[in-house]
Amino acid sequence: MKQEENILEVKDLRTSFFIEGEEVKAVDGVTFDVPKGQTLGIVGESGSGKSISALSILQLIGHPGKIVGGEINFKGENLLDFSEKQIRQIRGNKISMIFQEPMTSLNPTYTVGQQIREALKIHQGLGKQKGTDKAIELLELVGIPSPQKRVTQYPFELSGGMRQRVMIAMALACNPELLIADEPTTALDVTIQAQILELIKELQQEIGMSVIMITHDLGVVAETCDYVAVMYCGKVVEYADVRTLFKNPRHPYTVGLLNSLPRSDVDQEELIPIKGTVPPPHDMPEGCRFAPRCPFATDLCHNHLPELKDVGDGEQIRCWIYTDEWDGDPEVKVYEPERTSENK
Amino acid sequence: MTTFIIRRLLQLIPVLIGVTILVFSLMHLTPGNPAMILAGENAPDATVQAIEQRLGLNDPLPIQYFNFLADAIRLDFGVSMRDNLPVADHVMPRFWVTLELAIYSTIFSIFLGLIAGIVSAVRQYTISDISIMIVALFGLSMPNFWLGLMLIQYFSINLGWFDPTGWGSPNQLVLPIITLGTAGAAIIARMTRSSMLDVIQQDYIRTARAKGVRERYVVYKHALKNALIPVVTVIGLQFGALLAGTVLTETVFAINGMGRLLIDSIQARDFPVVQACVLIIAVIFVLVNLIVDISYRLLNKRIDLD
Repeated sequence: MKQEENILEVKDLRTSFFIEGEEVKAVDGVTFDVPKGQTLGIVGESGSGKSISALSILQLIGHPGKIVGGEINFKGENLLDFSEKQIRQIRGNKISMIFQEPMTSLNPTYTVGQQIREALKIHQGLGKQKGTDKAIELLELVGIPSPQKRVTQYPFELSGGMRQRVMIAMALACNPELLIADEPTTALDVTIQAQILELIKELQQEIGMSVIMITHDLGVVAETCDYVAVMYCGKVVEYADVRTLFKNPRHPYTVGLLNSLPRSDVDQEELIPIKGTVPPPHDMPEGCRFAPRCPFATDLCHNHLPELKDVGDGEQIRCWIYTDEWDGDPEVKVYEPERTSENK
Repeated sequence: MTTFIIRRLLQLIPVLIGVTILVFSLMHLTPGNPAMILAGENAPDATVQAIEQRLGLNDPLPIQYFNFLADAIRLDFGVSMRDNLPVADHVMPRFWVTLELAIYSTIFSIFLGLIAGIVSAVRQYTISDISIMIVALFGLSMPNFWLGLMLIQYFSINLGWFDPTGWGSPNQLVLPIITLGTAGAAIIARMTRSSMLDVIQQDYIRTARAKGVRERYVVYKHALKNALIPVVTVIGLQFGALLAGTVLTETVFAINGMGRLLIDSIQARDFPVVQACVLIIAVIFVLVNLIVDISYRLLNKRIDLD
């Protein structure tokens, strides 16, 4: 994987919220790469910082949030060095974003056509007629029936699935090189979910764009992603290609996530939930963030934060188990998840 | 849209009938006999009876009401009890003055209120926001006759910039408009601010930013149109209130408007004039509400009025 060119490299990104003089680190040193033309999944529970990481890429973090450090290299240029004007030329043009809530993500007072046309006007200077033609073309591309009619309709006249298609059409208007999809299917019915994911995949192949797929649903990851970054409490704990992650998860958190998911490819006696809850942001453990919930945690884990380290094959893990300093049971290193079919 | 307007106009009929019944009852619910007042204190009974006869005061109430209604539709409110001139001659010139005053003041308060509200919202918690909101609080709390007096003292007497009294020439207009419009501007500013702050949090604002829309257009194109919806209601109510509430301002600036006419007529028990004034104010109020409803529809296509 290292031979491939990365379209986006995020390094040590830090985004904090300053609430009543207190700093809450929502994204705390996040690092990941998006290989060109591929899909990176960012997985994590609510509050793991995955959405904030995505919003940080386009600098859409509003007050009281602030990006406090790191690099976001897009095609070799650090977006954090860009002026407001330069970043606006990237937004909706080179990098587009679609959001979780199709019901509220479209402006209720403008027609679908007006909203799609806007991006075309800003980035390509298309006038009303040309813009409308292109908008109809885009609506057709995302599989909306009778686009000539839809283009003059208001968002409230469309269903949730249709609105998400409109969002996608809007995001694709300027042929972006990178599409950030922030839980694009969470608010939709299961059948519509599959359609939307299929649509994104098809369009990706057609246009050759890269995708960041943010989700808490490992099913979506298995379906759509080439690489996966697992996030926990504002940090990436494991980065691997999708096959490795599902076949041989290494971080105890990833293992826990997979154990709590029903799967058809392995025999499962029962689903095993991860014990405990995500620690609140103002009360983070000093050592490894996952230590209080980890079945293997030692004093080392509780007191010292592990680094995100390369473990070969392009895989990166933030866990003491896979370091020379590991002081717990050495057997854990060759830990095989209980649920694999060989063990049963 | 046209069907909607026609339907709403038809719906106004029952409202207006209600208003006319109230206005009509005014004369009969107030103590004192208008014929007696008209005839004078020591007039003989025969004179009083003659007047009662002429004004139809002895007819049954429903008949009196229908006569009143038929006349009112033709804008004929009879003659003033004070000088026997047609009521319309009294009311109409005064009405135009008050209407002008109310319209100008409303425009002033919309203009000032919107700008102040938007600036305040966009720069939330900064010095400009805090100062605007403090000024708005003053504007809202100040009795407008006092504001009028202060403006006269400073701008007319001390600086001599504007005329302190009358209505017509531009330098007579400025002070009354400020006096009457300030409270409205303050309310609109506060309303716009809170509405903008609410809208700016919405997902579609983030979508607009993610498209690369400039911040200025995000505010004026995407946020303002949505934020205006509740503000329009306030503007409509303000206008109605201004129309009926100009009396203090008219008194301070010695403007011969309908507010003063109404008060004078009430004191003189000049019922026909009172009825005409109240009816005009009520009709305008109802029409303004209709306009508000139509603007809703223009701002937010989701509001299904049919």
